[in-house]
Amino acid sequence: MSEKIYKPGSYPDLPPPPGTVGVYGWIRQNLFSSVSNSLLTIISIVLLYYLIDGIIGWFFLDAVFDAESKIACRKIDDGACWAVITRRVGQFVYGFYPEAERWRIDITFITMFLAFAPLLYPDIPKRKWLLYFSVFYPFFAFVLIMGGYFGLQKIEYSLFGGFMLTVILGVCGIVCSLPLGILLALGRQSNLTVVRTLSVCFIEFMRGVPLITLLFVASSMLNYFLPPGTNFSILVRVIIMFTFFSAAYIAEVIRGGIQAIPKGQYEAADALGMNYWQKTRFITLPQALKISIPGIVNTFIGLYKDTTLVVVIGLLDPLGIGRAALADTKWNGLSTETYLFVALFFFVSCFAMSRYSLWLENKLNTDKK
Amino acid sequence: MKTKMLLAGVTAGVMFAGSVLASTLDDVRARGKLNCIINTGLAGFAAPDDKGNWTGFDVDFCRAVAAATLGDADKVNYTTATGKTRFTKLAAGEGELLSRNTTWTFSRDVDLSQTFIGVNYYDGQGFMVPKALGVKSAKGLDGASVCIQTGTTTELNLAEFFAGNNIKYNPVPIETNAEAQELYKAGRCDVYTTDASGLYATMMSFDNPSDHMVLPEIVSKEPLGPVVRHGDDQWADIVAWVLRAMMAGEEKGITSKNVKELAAKDNKDKEINRLLGKDPLQGLSKLGLSADWAVNVISQVGNYQESFEKHLFPLTIKRGMNALYRDGGLHYIPPIK
Repeated sequence: MSEKIYKPGSYPDLPPPPGTVGVYGWIRQNLFSSVSNSLLTIISIVLLYYLIDGIIGWFFLDAVFDAESKIACRKIDDGACWAVITRRVGQFVYGFYPEAERWRIDITFITMFLAFAPLLYPDIPKRKWLLYFSVFYPFFAFVLIMGGYFGLQKIEYSLFGGFMLTVILGVCGIVCSLPLGILLALGRQSNLTVVRTLSVCFIEFMRGVPLITLLFVASSMLNYFLPPGTNFSILVRVIIMFTFFSAAYIAEVIRGGIQAIPKGQYEAADALGMNYWQKTRFITLPQALKISIPGIVNTFIGLYKDTTLVVVIGLLDPLGIGRAALADTKWNGLSTETYLFVALFFFVSCFAMSRYSLWLENKLNTDKK
Repeated sequence: MKTKMLLAGVTAGVMFAGSVLASTLDDVRARGKLNCIINTGLAGFAAPDDKGNWTGFDVDFCRAVAAATLGDADKVNYTTATGKTRFTKLAAGEGELLSRNTTWTFSRDVDLSQTFIGVNYYDGQGFMVPKALGVKSAKGLDGASVCIQTGTTTELNLAEFFAGNNIKYNPVPIETNAEAQELYKAGRCDVYTTDASGLYATMMSFDNPSDHMVLPEIVSKEPLGPVVRHGDDQWADIVAWVLRAMMAGEEKGITSKNVKELAAKDNKDKEINRLLGKDPLQGLSKLGLSADWAVNVISQVGNYQESFEKHLFPLTIKRGMNALYRDGGLHYIPPIK
């Protein structure tokens, strides 16, 4: 063993000893550092192998993706029987909307992104033109979906169902409840007694009653109050209830944001001679809304998932369609597959909303960087 | 010009008033579709097929009424309802007919102002248990947890049966049949109780139906039938006689296959002639139906037997009480004359 002699201060940086870096080093340090650790690692790997093998097997390898019925599925393989989904994907997406008219839903859905883009992303090119479209969009969507105008076949609301119904209920509820919630929040902070009392009453009533009760009111009670023969579709009634319910929550979330703004800001605004609406428009809301984003999105995600409650009043949302599919003697008993599929849809939608809110928070984060 | 407009206004006013006062039949004809309230999904009785068309025993009855009144069994709008919302939907006018395995009881008939027009399926509440539980009779279910659908008559029957036999139980309330299957399969409840037809349908959905059994006790009478609103006797008669026409079809051997042929010729059995419009049936015009109403029903939907065998035989449900009286069942229809 002869080692080269270095002058003091000129010793070169040597590579770290073998077995402490790279993949091998990481494995040794983290997985096999001691006897008990090694044992745990081996047991975990074996367990994971069986688990993953079982899961992948059930989901994909042994799964059947197309067959006539559950019995036919079982004859082919013993994994998941996704045929119940693939054979009924149209129903899960569009409900009972007539097949020949489904393009109308497709167009409405695709253009929805165009309409939302300028609202969600301020930097988008040609934003001004798109904004005109956003304003016009609700009418466009209504005519296209319901029909009855411009030679479009009129579609009964009872044919609505599946993911389309969830998206309609969710989007309408979200879009309508935000402005209403803002107004309620401002009303609750108002100096005008009548406005304040009305806002407080509305908010406290809506928050104090379970959503399911409101849905029952929408489905049964309203019929008794309205004159007989009024054709006020249950879809509209349900959307109104969803809007009121989530507006009350939004109002409280935004009120929290408003109250977080230091008093000095209002005094400064007053000193500048701003009137109430200027103050609200330029000082209060921009800051309050920014602070409330996580809370607002939280409420929206809750609302979106709450749309599944319409099952109890007989509307067939994806869960309802799934249950109806399970009532078909051909597919009876494939509940795991059905519910997993519906869960996947809700996860994708809700996760997208939550990601967007994170992005928006970062974008608007002007302080404390 | 002025008189013309006035005339138009008066006509519109009269038409409007007419539409408010019009009979249910006129409403249906004016709309061109029958609004029928059905189950959100119950195997054999109402479920959508892969194409999105509702099929089932209860759905067939909606189709039959549409065939009789509109001449086309496909002219039906289906509105789905849960056990809790079905009566309010009917009362609110969201449908003209409730064909949703609904039990005929005194208070539903009288208190809720509805008209039950007959029984299309005699059912009774039973109990299903896993064979592994080792129970041979419902009286041995002391301390069991029982899955039960809320808002149905079964809830009340269960309480009465168990209280009458001094048995304790834990109810597990659920909303739909599909949910009950899941809870039962997961072992969340030891017993599932609902109408026997529903139990057989549920059992068929299991991977090993032979691991389960329906206990011998049938604890209630559940005559299921279509329901209409109070106040329009003409409509109630139409619906009632559509049901009887389907049963008469079975009784007289008229099927969807031979109905056209029988309607064209002069039959020895004059009742067949009257039913199929060959001979006049006195009072038919009061019902507001065309002479070929029963031909439409049987040719497009089938007779009672055909509907039963198509939708309920796959669930291994036997005719039993639901056979015609001559075969030892309970269906006995008034003569068509």
